Amino acid sequence: MNRRNLEEKIVKSLMIASTLIILLSLVLILATVIIKGLPTMNLAMLTQIPKGGYYLGEGGGILNAIVGSLYIGVGSVLLAISISLPVVLYLNIYAKKNSHLAAFTRFSFDVLWGVPSIVYGAFGFSIMLFLGLRASLLGGILAVSLLILPIMSRTMDEVVKMVPAELLEVSYSLGATRLEAALKVVVRQTLPGLLTAVLIAFGRGIGDAASVMFTAGFTDYIPNSLLRPAATLPLAIFFQLGTPIPEVQGRAYASAFILTVLILIISIATRMLTRRFTKHNVN
Amino acid sequence: MDTPYTISQPMSDRGEAAGENGSRLIKDKLANASMLLLTICSGLVVFSIAILLYQRSRPILAMNGLFDVLFSTSWHPLRGEFGFFPFIMGTFWVTGVAVAIAVPLCILSSIYLSEYAPKAVREWTKPLIDLLAGIPSVVFGLWGILVIVPLVKNYIAPGFDTFSTGYSVLTAGVVLAIMIFPVIIHVSVEVLRTIPREMREASLTLGATRWQTIKHVVLRKALPGVIAAIVLGLSRALGETMAVLMVAGNVASVPSSILGPAYPLPALIANSYGEMMSVPLYDSALLLASLILLLIVLFFNILSRIILMRIERSIQ
Repeated sequence: MNRRNLEEKIVKSLMIASTLIILLSLVLILATVIIKGLPTMNLAMLTQIPKGGYYLGEGGGILNAIVGSLYIGVGSVLLAISISLPVVLYLNIYAKKNSHLAAFTRFSFDVLWGVPSIVYGAFGFSIMLFLGLRASLLGGILAVSLLILPIMSRTMDEVVKMVPAELLEVSYSLGATRLEAALKVVVRQTLPGLLTAVLIAFGRGIGDAASVMFTAGFTDYIPNSLLRPAATLPLAIFFQLGTPIPEVQGRAYASAFILTVLILIISIATRMLTRRFTKHNVN
Repeated sequence: MDTPYTISQPMSDRGEAAGENGSRLIKDKLANASMLLLTICSGLVVFSIAILLYQRSRPILAMNGLFDVLFSTSWHPLRGEFGFFPFIMGTFWVTGVAVAIAVPLCILSSIYLSEYAPKAVREWTKPLIDLLAGIPSVVFGLWGILVIVPLVKNYIAPGFDTFSTGYSVLTAGVVLAIMIFPVIIHVSVEVLRTIPREMREASLTLGATRWQTIKHVVLRKALPGVIAAIVLGLSRALGETMAVLMVAGNVASVPSSILGPAYPLPALIANSYGEMMSVPLYDSALLLASLILLLIVLFFNILSRIILMRIERSIQ
């Protein structure tokens, strides 16, 4: 009897220890980024583009990368919405329940979710070669929208799935077509949930480096057309870290701090939206 | 007992006369067709990626042959020798270490979160683990350089009486392990939650302790799902690029020990894009590397999805 209880106690404390280690790793990462990044942070980082000799320690900031990341994030999110929203509405409203097409599409999105971002980068790159495009904002937007498409679609799908069938039936009996029910009832009803999906995808999009490496390139300037290359925050961190000069490395820490704060803001916004969305849910 | 058309069906199915509703019905039909088209296209994206990458990697396959590319250790792009073996092994070493670290921690923690933890703890932990999943991989890489690299170089390697630069299989494995924590925990907790409460109660009534119940009843029933969770985490680790690129050391040879450097496939692809257009066949070789990576990841990914789908179906 005692041995059993002893085993119970040991295993339980191991479990608690594991959970603590996992949470501690998050704390450690955030703490490192703050401790290293905050002292090297300054206003110029946020408001200036790199000046001549920036990568040798001269003045300037990473406004080019911040703006580039936001451009790519917003562009790819818009592109991904225009594909995932119709697909999700089709799967849940037009397609028959448990149809083969719906099952196949969901499965293929799940699989797509697992495709490494570097493969999206390589794929985007070879399409660009085919079209004769150079590394550009457009290329980055295309690659990142492929990357976030499955994330956005599957998250939206889970949200729209929760809409009770009665809601659709009521709209139909009032004479609505499926399209009207989808756009005027379902989308409006699930808006906070859909926005959550968009935010999650946006966060993933601006944080990814491997997919934009080949496709968006890097530049010290803010792109003024879709066909110009664009800098991104993750790549700015990566390149600055690669130099041997301590000042520039310090700026890499500051850039990582900026990116992490952006991700934190997005994640908190997501939590707040989720809470709002689940508030109205009966189950 | 249903009539073929009930009032709670959309207008377009009721076969009513077109009349003034004509344009609305046409809009509905158009939307149906275009949404169907989009759905089919997006379902085919995986295949088009694989086919395009295969197309672009045919030149290298024609020159060197698949066997040579997969099993040759000689990597000299300028001489036209593209042997991926060191990189494939690097990928497996790094992933293996990551999984070995992550699995015990994640499983213990998932059991705690689903079986023992009070509701408040669960509600606090979930958003934190979600947050961990949201941290960009380049930040993980930076953290690896700042914390794990010095740790390995100054403490762990001297502890084993060897020298390491700190950029090693172990470093990459630790960083990757943390990156796949959220995937494994998320799926395992979901799986453990599907085990019916009655099964636990039956075992507890017979006098088993909680841990005995978990060990003999819950885990046995949840095993396929937990394996699927691990495989899903593994497939995430296989494809992870930036963090690994930053801490693995990137020396193009088969890793000799876990304190030595590795050069995983994704790191190779990311690192060589600058020079690949100037060397013949180099771009083809890198796209073949992407294809190999894609196929390895898809294999594990599909495997775990199929297990999870079976579980989901068995609950319904």
